[in-house]
Amino acid sequence: MAILVDKDTRLLVQGITGREGEFHSTQMLDYGTQVVAGVTPGKGGARACDDRVPVFDTVAEAMAETGANASIIYVPARFAPNAIIEAADAGMDLVVCITEGVPVLDMIEVRAYLDHQGTRLVGPNYPGLLSPGQAKVGIMPGHIAAPGPVGVVSRSGTLTYEVVYALTNRGIRQTTCVGIGGDPIIGTDFIDALTLFEQDGETEQVVLIGEIGGTAEERAAEFIDEHMTKPVTAFVAGRTAPPGKRMGHAGAIIQGGTGTAADKIAAFEAVDVPVAEHPEQIADIVEGRAGL
Amino acid sequence: MKLHEYQSKRLFEKQGVPIPSGAIASTPQEARDAAKQLGGRVVVKSQVLVGGRGKAGGIKLADGPEEAAAHAKAILGMRIKGLPVRKVLIDEAADIAQEIYLGIVVDRAARRAAMMASSEGGVEIEEVARVNPEAIKRVTIDPCLGLRGYQTLQLAKGIGLPKAQYRSFGRIAQGLYSAFTAYDASLAEINPLVMTGGGELLAVDGKMVIDDSALFRHADLAEMRDVEAEAPAEREARQAGLSYVKLDGTIGCMVNGAGLAMATMDIIKHFGGAPANFLDIGGGAQAERVAKALRLILEDESVAAVLFNIFGGITRCDEVARGILAAFEEVKPSVPLVARLVGTNEKEGRALLDASSYDLITAETLADAAQRAVAAAG
Repeated sequence: MAILVDKDTRLLVQGITGREGEFHSTQMLDYGTQVVAGVTPGKGGARACDDRVPVFDTVAEAMAETGANASIIYVPARFAPNAIIEAADAGMDLVVCITEGVPVLDMIEVRAYLDHQGTRLVGPNYPGLLSPGQAKVGIMPGHIAAPGPVGVVSRSGTLTYEVVYALTNRGIRQTTCVGIGGDPIIGTDFIDALTLFEQDGETEQVVLIGEIGGTAEERAAEFIDEHMTKPVTAFVAGRTAPPGKRMGHAGAIIQGGTGTAADKIAAFEAVDVPVAEHPEQIADIVEGRAGL
Repeated sequence: MKLHEYQSKRLFEKQGVPIPSGAIASTPQEARDAAKQLGGRVVVKSQVLVGGRGKAGGIKLADGPEEAAAHAKAILGMRIKGLPVRKVLIDEAADIAQEIYLGIVVDRAARRAAMMASSEGGVEIEEVARVNPEAIKRVTIDPCLGLRGYQTLQLAKGIGLPKAQYRSFGRIAQGLYSAFTAYDASLAEINPLVMTGGGELLAVDGKMVIDDSALFRHADLAEMRDVEAEAPAEREARQAGLSYVKLDGTIGCMVNGAGLAMATMDIIKHFGGAPANFLDIGGGAQAERVAKALRLILEDESVAAVLFNIFGGITRCDEVARGILAAFEEVKPSVPLVARLVGTNEKEGRALLDASSYDLITAETLADAAQRAVAAAG
């Protein structure tokens, strides 16, 4: 098993004829993901990715024709809110948005609408989902992961790759790697992902990769304490980040004394979640915690 | 992007928030003229993008034009927390009976905008939150419904405002929320909102932070950016599309990805060194981009070594290695360089770097790379 996406996921790509969209759609197809449709307004009837995927004008048409049950969005930031809402309105269960730089106030509106519709969003500004051996939905390099019992959830992109790669090299394999995104307002958060990993029959342990900004890690620590039976190992990036400066990600900023790495680490340690001092230590801790 | 007080207040005024009459001045003469025009007592306020202006002597009361000019002369030469004062705002002095706080932030946990009010205005809200959190009243705003009348009433009553001020407070709160949404702010703050002796409410100070991601639809606001408030290297980086923050250490860092860049800084510290910067070169690693980033890092004279930490995901490590070598041709670095390339085609990438004529230290793990960089920086 895996969470969110697996071999039965029938994926629709919004923005499939764009440079990024087509490149990553081809990568996803090559990984074995069922990419069943693409949407680019005005290009309905065309085919993308070397004739492998039919293109439609709207999400509703594509769903009706192909039975797509998840959508991934590669459109530019200014069009992304519209794309997310279109997918939710068409009745899509799962919408993932890779796009970076979506305005925060747009995301507040989008989130309110999705909550109302009951659509699950993952992202924006994130690397995607990877259930090794089953489906790759996003831009994570597929070959760094391998199927196994560890769930990974992270706010970051390349840092996730770094950790997953280190785990795989040590023979510690994964159920699903979930990027939740580096923006202030996101869809699926740590608690949602932890809930899914806790319910998943194959996940035995979870690795959580946080960073400075906001209080998502503190809330995750509280949730782990109250609801998780599976061991969680944490890492928090940004111990050396100065206050008031945005560290790349729109959400990675220490404001008014909240959002520091020290607070987050203390929150995890208070509920007996071990926190690795650097990425390579994560594998040591995970290895020591189970008969993997 | 932060806006200056005078810019923020003008935007608030457009949405119906009353502000004091005032004018901006960049010379003592302009300050004198402005004070003469306004008549009576005025406040001379430095316009810099940091807090604590008052404590630093950057805000002064003046009884008339001559005093205003003298204060302006002193303040215009000042640096406050490292930032030069280029402009002063000359505002009519308000007759202050009470100071209130009113602000809107993005509440990440609630996924909504939240409006906060406090009877303890004029001090930083973070300070009030720490010392007297009960003094802060808060409502969250549904984006579909907007800020509702009952909510502003809750705030007004919650902070103990006299009944006579409920309506004007409500109008100001609505105006502030309109400004927050109209200009894509991530923070909009009136601190203090002053109640005058006559019972009028007046936004004496204002602050706004605009969401950088939304500037594409606010060309007029983008022009308001005070480029002098940025460190020169940070400005260059922004214009080149790089994410760069200068720090105090000696080890320059070039990393792809923000999270990995932070983790790289942290591990340098963990092994006893100090990072000189945060730098995310983003996806791919074309020679031109690497060269630009490398120049930025090396312009910082305290840099004694540079650490490259690149995770090749979709981008292949051999391509990145070629980018780095091409950048060296152009920049000719003179400090020790440590490179760690990992991921797709890492062996090919490392071989290219090892074979080059540059004295490059390569490493396989991040821990190893960080220790080598710390040793190289001395």
